[in-house]
Amino acid sequence: MSVLRPLDKLPGLNTATILLVGTEDALLQQLADSMLKEDCASELKVHLAKSLPLPSSVNRPRIDLIVFVVNLHSKYSLQNTEESLRHVDASFFLGKVCFLATGAGRESHCSIHRHTVVKLAHTYQSPLLYCDLEVEGFRATMAQRLVRVLQICAGHVPGVSALNLLSLLRSSEGPSLEDL
Amino acid sequence: MDSYSAPESTPSASSRPEDYFIGATPLQKRLESVRKQSSFILTPPRRKIPQCSQLQEDVDPQKVAFLLHKQWTLYSLTPLYKFSYSNLKEYSRLLNAFIVAEKQKGLAVEVGEDFNIKIVSKSQLPSENREGKVLWTGWFCCVFGDSLLETVSEDFTCLPLFLANGAESNTAIIGTWFQKTFDCYFSPLAINAFNLSWMAAMWTACKMDHYVATTEFLWSVPCSPQSLDISFAIHPEDAKALWDSVHKTPGEVTQEEVDLFMDCLYSHFHRHFKIHLSATRLVRVSTSVASAHTDGKIKILCHKYLIGVLAYLTELAIFQIE
Repeated sequence: MSVLRPLDKLPGLNTATILLVGTEDALLQQLADSMLKEDCASELKVHLAKSLPLPSSVNRPRIDLIVFVVNLHSKYSLQNTEESLRHVDASFFLGKVCFLATGAGRESHCSIHRHTVVKLAHTYQSPLLYCDLEVEGFRATMAQRLVRVLQICAGHVPGVSALNLLSLLRSSEGPSLEDL
Repeated sequence: MDSYSAPESTPSASSRPEDYFIGATPLQKRLESVRKQSSFILTPPRRKIPQCSQLQEDVDPQKVAFLLHKQWTLYSLTPLYKFSYSNLKEYSRLLNAFIVAEKQKGLAVEVGEDFNIKIVSKSQLPSENREGKVLWTGWFCCVFGDSLLETVSEDFTCLPLFLANGAESNTAIIGTWFQKTFDCYFSPLAINAFNLSWMAAMWTACKMDHYVATTEFLWSVPCSPQSLDISFAIHPEDAKALWDSVHKTPGEVTQEEVDLFMDCLYSHFHRHFKIHLSATRLVRVSTSVASAHTDGKIKILCHKYLIGVLAYLTELAIFQIE
């Protein structure tokens, strides 16, 4: 089956493409809308997918950033994410993959322990972001953040690369994760 | 550019403060326990299955009969300040007076009711023949709450779990009196789906001579306009057989075993009905040992495992307080 590779296509002129993967269609759609509302010098393209692998029949641009959205209220979304991760090439994990955990605000509805997602992000050496995508304000802030990260991953910010950003984010996580 | 790495050689001045103090203050103990909790993150939690033998000597079936088969609403309670077991009669009097005053304010007019409030501690349990109907029962408990007990100073009494049965208005009045008198705080204890699945696994693992109820699960499907409820009932012996096939380490329950147990149920359901139960929210678990609802309602059915159930609930209450 087709595996997503970061450099198998040529980049589009001044284009940055993000792929959001998750089972919660409504949340992904809302996040995509928030991102497209952001002011950005590059042209943004947002792709939504329920799971990987993506159908190979469609002609799509090179993907610069993949965000896996995990809903802490549903074990199904975690299982779906784990399945999808197999279809991503290892070189993507050098700063071009990010995990987003939603639903942590409503503790009483959580089916997955927060630590499971932390462990997943740690195994794949990628940053983990928390955001309650149902809340308008948090969603707008997260959209802003993702747009900045996307611009860096697409190479549109001079002097900073995806790998630089990854090592910056990881060193601020604190010594407790280093023990494991 | 140099990469950041955890400092290997730390100077001796940065060693932990407890090494310097022989008797650490409660605040330091608190900080240490919080630090331990946050660094403990990736070790999968393990829990002891309540063993039947160690519980039976403590619990006399007749004494605790009034606790079983009733629906209790759970609250978590912060430590009580200057509560002493010897002043119980005094507290009864004060509570009585407070309730009468509250009722006369016009909140609830019950003509002819005689309020007979008794605050009793564990050793004296109410006698069988008492006149009148019991309107409201509430009890405080703390089972194996070591992690909290060692971090509070001596003025505080730790009884983090509170169970109430009866009218909500009475609970509110009594709660207010306790909050005012002992400077504590009640908050309703909700049980999330993750903890409910732990309870399901632990209670299915308990050895029972005969099963009084079927093992039942209730899931809530989030969909509009009205949420759908899915109920799944299993014969308790089948559930125990499934658990035994999953269970590896004797005397302990691990996260993987709980996940595997639930995944077996989910995949069985999916095979028959093509519905992914893992995308729904577990709302209620009911076994022969006890039954629990996500809103914090619990019913204990078996006196043998009473202590085990209370121990887990105490752990949840302490976790909520912290």
